[in-house]
Amino acid sequence: MSSEHIYKQYDAELESVRAKVLEMGSLVEQQIVDALESLVKSNAKLAENVIKKDHLVNDLEVQVDEDCSHIIARRQPAASDLRMILMMIKTITDLERIGDEATKIARFSQKTQETDRMWTPRFAEIRTMANMAREMLHIALDAFARSDSAKVLKIAEMDQQLDEHYQMSIRHLITFMLEDPRTISMSLEVLFIAKAIERIGDHAKNISEYVVYMVKGKDVRHISMDAMADEVRD
Amino acid sequence: MVNTSTPIKAESKNLNFYYSNGHLALKNVSMPIYENKITALIGPSGCGKSTFLRCFNRMHDLYPGNKYDGQIVMHPDNTNILADGVDPIEVRMRISMVFQKPNPFPKTIFENVAYGLRVRDEKNHRVVADKVEEALKGASLWNEVKDRLNDLAFNLSGGQQQRLCIARALATDPEIMLFDEPTSALDPIATANIEELMNELRGKLTILVVTHNMQQAARISDYTAYMYLGEMMEYGDTDTIFTRPVRKETEDYITGKFG
Repeated sequence: MSSEHIYKQYDAELESVRAKVLEMGSLVEQQIVDALESLVKSNAKLAENVIKKDHLVNDLEVQVDEDCSHIIARRQPAASDLRMILMMIKTITDLERIGDEATKIARFSQKTQETDRMWTPRFAEIRTMANMAREMLHIALDAFARSDSAKVLKIAEMDQQLDEHYQMSIRHLITFMLEDPRTISMSLEVLFIAKAIERIGDHAKNISEYVVYMVKGKDVRHISMDAMADEVRD
Repeated sequence: MVNTSTPIKAESKNLNFYYSNGHLALKNVSMPIYENKITALIGPSGCGKSTFLRCFNRMHDLYPGNKYDGQIVMHPDNTNILADGVDPIEVRMRISMVFQKPNPFPKTIFENVAYGLRVRDEKNHRVVADKVEEALKGASLWNEVKDRLNDLAFNLSGGQQQRLCIARALATDPEIMLFDEPTSALDPIATANIEELMNELRGKLTILVVTHNMQQAARISDYTAYMYLGEMMEYGDTDTIFTRPVRKETEDYITGKFG
């Protein structure tokens, strides 16, 4: 924020909670990267690590919630301060869920590494999708850090592309299952992973929409891309 | 920005105000006051909000050399209450005022409330007694004082005295009530009582309130005006002003970045 409060302590409190949200964001981003890595490289240790580290994400969520409720009780934030607090409270919910999705991917990764599998898919499509989702999250967090609302359009576009990839991978997996019923169990697992990644994209999109609310005071949820472009422009 | 279906009770039009020393305290202030709503005026000390409030009942007339320029038009009769021929006493019958510190007269509780009626030359005892009871009930004070109406007003607590002043202002059936920092001399419980009372008066009476307490403005008002250095910086519905003000000056003031 550009200017400072008369109460310096208030500035320090806001900055501290903002830093925690960004810390939580980068932790979650790393969880996605590691979960994917464990999947494509069949790295069981890494998968276990991701699962173990989920509690760090959860702890940060609890901390930020608590900090925000203290600020509301003590400072009665208004205008942009209020919007930032509300935005952070919502953002950490999405970040926590992204963390859960990453953990989910890590668990499937462990399953795919079980030795008696007769078929192990190559995860090209999944990798593309995961990279997109991670990129979306990265842009959304960057937009939050810079108070930049313009990125929401790019993220909304990427989310549409991610959804298309998801639809494609479903069709692809169906062909496998039709060809050979023995692949059904594995295909379903891959499908769940694709679903988890698609959800990560949705959460990243939510975060970028909260950034618009924080910066502009405008609610761009549940509206068309064109309407969104109008809101962000003026 | 604002609800256009609500009728306007009064309207300030290009109002300038000069104190007798030549100081221009209000600069071209224009804003509507919506009927039966609460409008809050906020801004730092010396911004002109009390000066503006006092124009509404011609308080500045008490000191020679003060000069109004512009209009405050009352609806529906379209009377410019600042016009030369208008009697300030008439204006004060229509627009009454409650001050920062409770200022009951050195009279009994009953006589304090009856005072405005006596000025109006109301002689009928029954009418006066009914009006006093109605006003005290309207000010949520009746139950606390009905058995001691002949006690001196000074025997009441600060919060009760302030409600007595509100009852006194209500007794003449004003169209607009002005509140100048009505709770800044009161404790939180008494403040809550006054705010609750203002909330009850909303819908029956048009209220214009000056407050230094921004949370108070946020809690009780329908519309908020932010003033700075004699100018109306931003006016809008209270929800908008406190969540997404348009001007940076307003934003800085309400978030505590003013300095």
